[in-house]
Amino acid sequence: MIANYGYKDGAGEFFISIDTEKCASCVEKPCVKACPEQIFYIYEDDYDDEVVGVRDKSRNQLQYICAPCKPSTGEPKLTCTEACTSGAIKHSW
Amino acid sequence: MVFEKKEYWRWKEYNWKNPDTDWRKANIITAGVDVGSVSSQAVIMCDGELYAYSTMRTGSNSPNSALNAINWAMESTGLSLDDIHFKVGTGYGRVNIPFADKAITEIACHARGANYMYGPTVRTILDMGGQDCKAIHCDEKGKVTSFLMNDKCAAGTGRGMEVFADLLNISIEEVGDRSLQVEKEPEPVSSTCVVFAKSEAIALLRSGWSTEKVLAAYCLAMARRVVSLIERNGMELDFAITGGIAKNDGVVSRIEKEMGVKALKPKHDTQIAGALGAALFAKALVEKSGEK
Ligand code: SF4
Ligand code: SF4
Repeated sequence: MIANYGYKDGAGEFFISIDTEKCASCVEKPCVKACPEQIFYIYEDDYDDEVVGVRDKSRNQLQYICAPCKPSTGEPKLTCTEACTSGAIKHSW
Repeated sequence: MVFEKKEYWRWKEYNWKNPDTDWRKANIITAGVDVGSVSSQAVIMCDGELYAYSTMRTGSNSPNSALNAINWAMESTGLSLDDIHFKVGTGYGRVNIPFADKAITEIACHARGANYMYGPTVRTILDMGGQDCKAIHCDEKGKVTSFLMNDKCAAGTGRGMEVFADLLNISIEEVGDRSLQVEKEPEPVSSTCVVFAKSEAIALLRSGWSTEKVLAAYCLAMARRVVSLIERNGMELDFAITGGIAKNDGVVSRIEKEMGVKALKPKHDTQIAGALGAALFAKALVEKSGEK
């Protein structure tokens, strides 16, 4: 399942998408510890797989929460996408 | 004399049962209860077929709302809670349903419910609930393959529409039809944010706009907003809408026009999709446990 968390507002589209099929077979789940803002959490989804999602309270503030990780110039190297070697995490902005 | 202000925003509360089904002959009886932020529904299924349901306003307390909804669905059936083999709770109040055996998210339940309601060809579901709006993709079995939720604010949701109906003194059931009684489609209101849209509506009425025209402008704004959500997640046919707004033709027909696709016509009340999906999950869980 591709789970998209975030929002669209006057400033743009701020979504983090997670491919939970990949999380289901990812044993260590390194993204959870890697994110300095701890926005990821582990849960058992409706189909009984242990996957990762974005916390409720973070979902409508992603632009601000992730801002320190995203330099305004150059290609940002995000801690979360670096940690997730299977490429399950994608940012829309 | 006491003047009572009529509540225009309320959807009709009612219960229904299939008179041709005898639950005593059923092998597996399951229930799904959807406690949403605005309304609650309970669905009872006999061997995976819809048997009875209720839809009502959510009260101030989730456990009571869940109990009221299921009691009302069971009314005059002779069923009691103990006769139901498995009960699944869903909706925002799902973790607070004392009699539920399991809680499942409304995303998964709406997809499963839509698969039952509209058939296995459904791939894109727009669930327009009271407090949020979700675009969901599912496979032919009703399993979610992707979803996108509008998490920012309650704008463009059922609750926003209710506030509007109340402001204009029009019953929520009539909003859609009245909004279509305009000769020419007006510009959409500039904001679907309930607070801003409300003051904008008042200003438009004062400037001489008819109620129908204001409703049209609001329904169009709402349609455009959800269309952008669907577009972000992609449109794959067939397309279906669940939740209370699916009953509002003023919004549905505008979504169809903006997207250039037709939504499937529902066989049941679109508000019960979540509870229906929960009852179907319940049946699958009973079968998986091998108890039946
Ligand atoms: S590291 Fe990637 S694959 Fe592993 S749990 Fe996190 S998001 Fe999922
Ligand atoms: S960009 Fe930074 S703050 Fe945002 S999710 Fe990734 S690691 Fe966490």
